[in-house]
Amino acid sequence: MADMRAKDPKGVKLDHISKIYQDPKTGKEFYAVHDVDLTIEPGTFVTLLGPSGCGKTTTLRMIAGFESPDEGEIYLGGEPINALTPNKRDTAMVFQSYALFPHYNVFDNVAYGLRLRKVPKPEIQKRVTDILALVELSGMEQRMTNQLSGGQQQRVALARALVVEPGVLLFDEPLSNLDAKLRVQMRTEIRRIQQKLGITAIYVTHDQSEAMSISDNIILMKKGVIAQMGSPTEIYYHPNSEFVADFIGECNFLKGPVSSATLGEAKVNIVGVDVPVATDKSVMVGQEGEIVLRPEAITIADAGMLPCKVELSCFMGSYQNYHVRVGDTLVKITDNCPINKKIFNVGDNAYISFDRNCAHLL
Amino acid sequence: MARGQGAALDRKKLMADPIMMTTIVLLIAFLTLFILYPLAILLVDSLYGSKGVSLETFQRIFQMHTFRRAITNTLKVGFVVGILSTLIGLLFAYVEVYVKMRKAVGGLFKVVSMLPVVSPPFVLSLSMIMLFGKAGLITRFVLGIYDNNIYGYWGIVIVQTLTFFPVCYMMMKGLLKNIDPSMEEASRDMGASRWKVFTTVTLPLLLPGLGNAFLVTFIESIADFANPMIIGGSYDTLATTIYLQITGAMDKQGAAAMAVVLLCITLAMFAVQKYYLERKTAATLTGKASRARMLIEDKSVTVPLTVLCSLAALFVIMMYICVPIGALFPTWGYKFTPLTFKWFSQVFTKYRGLQAFRDSFVLSLIASPITALLSMIISYLVVKRKFKAKGFIEAVSILAMAVPGTVLGVGYIRGFANGLFHTGVLSGIYGTGLILIIVFVVRSLPTGTRSGISALRQIDKSIEESAYDMGADSLKVFTSVTLPLIKDSFLSGLVTAFVRSITAISAIILLVTPSYLLITVQINEFAEKGAFSIACAFATILILITYGAVLLMNFIIKHFGTSRMIKEAE
Repeated sequence: MADMRAKDPKGVKLDHISKIYQDPKTGKEFYAVHDVDLTIEPGTFVTLLGPSGCGKTTTLRMIAGFESPDEGEIYLGGEPINALTPNKRDTAMVFQSYALFPHYNVFDNVAYGLRLRKVPKPEIQKRVTDILALVELSGMEQRMTNQLSGGQQQRVALARALVVEPGVLLFDEPLSNLDAKLRVQMRTEIRRIQQKLGITAIYVTHDQSEAMSISDNIILMKKGVIAQMGSPTEIYYHPNSEFVADFIGECNFLKGPVSSATLGEAKVNIVGVDVPVATDKSVMVGQEGEIVLRPEAITIADAGMLPCKVELSCFMGSYQNYHVRVGDTLVKITDNCPINKKIFNVGDNAYISFDRNCAHLL
Repeated sequence: MARGQGAALDRKKLMADPIMMTTIVLLIAFLTLFILYPLAILLVDSLYGSKGVSLETFQRIFQMHTFRRAITNTLKVGFVVGILSTLIGLLFAYVEVYVKMRKAVGGLFKVVSMLPVVSPPFVLSLSMIMLFGKAGLITRFVLGIYDNNIYGYWGIVIVQTLTFFPVCYMMMKGLLKNIDPSMEEASRDMGASRWKVFTTVTLPLLLPGLGNAFLVTFIESIADFANPMIIGGSYDTLATTIYLQITGAMDKQGAAAMAVVLLCITLAMFAVQKYYLERKTAATLTGKASRARMLIEDKSVTVPLTVLCSLAALFVIMMYICVPIGALFPTWGYKFTPLTFKWFSQVFTKYRGLQAFRDSFVLSLIASPITALLSMIISYLVVKRKFKAKGFIEAVSILAMAVPGTVLGVGYIRGFANGLFHTGVLSGIYGTGLILIIVFVVRSLPTGTRSGISALRQIDKSIEESAYDMGADSLKVFTSVTLPLIKDSFLSGLVTAFVRSITAISAIILLVTPSYLLITVQINEFAEKGAFSIACAFATILILITYGAVLLMNFIIKHFGTSRMIKEAE
């Protein structure tokens, strides 16, 4: 196969972008997207993540040109593109519903964009063949799209977008119509192809595990504004709010007054015990502290840091799922490989412990 | 908050798309000039006379005894026809959806629902007179009644009911199929009898739909011109009164004011139907039935219902068959044998039939592709694009549905006979074939647009967005993606437009000049004169043409349509 690396991956800059919609029922205007300001480096994979209605799809559609921003300017490869129609923008989108042309076969679907660009026939033949090989659909050229499985249809949609060598590839929840197993397989595939081609990709999803597994950077949105931006590990281990912590993975929150604060470490008093947490934040003694704890970072034993009472104990195969009560707070624990460990039953008294580096102070 | 920038950008993007811009501008011009303007001029004309703006004309027409009676007549007929058609339609639909019946009965139902589509509007009036009139086959020769007067109120009611109930039947069928059977099963499970289930579950769910069907028929009935004209006798409705006011009394201003009155009635009904009942229907009956319904097999229910409906269906079919047979008798009502083709040959030898068919055929043939394409473009713009004038385009093309043909006809006379606003500008098109074609287009546009809109709503919006995103401009998106996907709907729109045009009469009869002979106008004339055999011969050939067009369309869709291509792949 010829060298298929993207010739010209482009960066995207959203300069204080806002979009205002009108509520159809009340007639009130509201910000669907509010003051979103970010830069996406060429060749990176960025995910817009958030619950439904957070403005992620609207943001993507503004980049594609289907919606026009009410405030701010969008730059593609350094050029302002606000006034360009979607067909004049160097973007290609993969849609949630695949949006394949049902009256064309696989080859014609993929060749559509090239024919519009008046690419000579032999070159179309070669590029379509190459790209179909890349998405592992060689030999399917003559199939009609409804003869394909969901996963294959999504590969065609991906090939159709890739073949025009866009500056930016846009994904609008492309895997949400697939079953769970296929979803995992396809996201690995998408990531592999994106890295192989070195293309810029912006990916919209509401599935946090999808976002984590696929992206260089995650932009987590809430009610039209950016809640946090950063790499998957940054966002997972250093969430900047309860919302972010809760949205990415399962989470426990332990609250109490800060009892001591030294450089790099703080202690938070929880049910009478001073619990150490690593932090680079400057906190004041006496202020309210909130510790974020992932369920897999907690161990449960007969002795430990904080006393608790077991309220739920459930065997899940690869782990034992506990709900325990620490003071008034419910704490969820996933205890891996339970076969080698003591199993606590509902009503048992126990202790939980965790490493100071695994806890994060909000 | 200011949405100015977004709106300005949207505008800019639209401007960057000259094809789209031109299309929108031309569409707005067309709709304004040929739908809004003729209606506006009616209002202007009836309010603005020699003494400036006054209600004088309205006062004058309301003092006319004939006009006041026409209003009550029209409403009375519309009301009764609306109720009867809805009930019969409901009965047919209920039997089809709920009752286990033989295949043959289903076939009868299908024929009954097809017949009004392919036949000219006044066919039933003809056969009504021939079967039940003074020299009627049934009244005189079977029952021995010699002075049966079918002309008038009951004649119109029966004929219109038979013409319009199939529409109600199709509407009700769609609704009944959407009722989830488990709701009724739940009611039955709690101890309700079948009748109780019908009155407490099915009927309340259907109520808005029934109201909807009633109003649609009501509007059709009061807008109907051909049937009251032929079978009304001295019982005048608004549509015929307006026609006579122009052709008989030569009172164009009075006719304009009358047309305004008729238009107000239909618009009011239409507003209720469109904005209240249609929404309510959609709200009570959402989604699809979860699974197939257990059909009623109880003989004490199925036998009487099937027999009743079959008889009714056979009666309707007999009415339609009467027309071609009537054309074969030597003299209707007096001499029945030997069967003869003389009327058919007279159509061409004596009555310039060839010219009539050629004129009707050619004009309809020109009008139908224009209508079909225009309605697809309007549907595409309304469903898939967003721009400022969209609301206007949608509203006006739907509004045209509520405009009776007679009203449009008077509007065109007032609006174009002396040019725009009586200034002489554009007066050249009056009396030409062009204006007839435009009337054909305007009259069929709402139906085409409605079916186009529902076809396009089925297609995922992102398919077109994806083409647009890949670099296609508006024209390319429309021709390479939209049109191929709604090819079937386009083809049937084409044929519907053709059939509607070639069978149209209400607006056309006011606008046609002696240089054009139109079949429907000819049939009307012969029927008026009592020359039923020749009218039947004309009507028979017309039905053959329209039926041929429908067959051709079905053939094309079956062999070249989109659905086939996609179906074959599966």
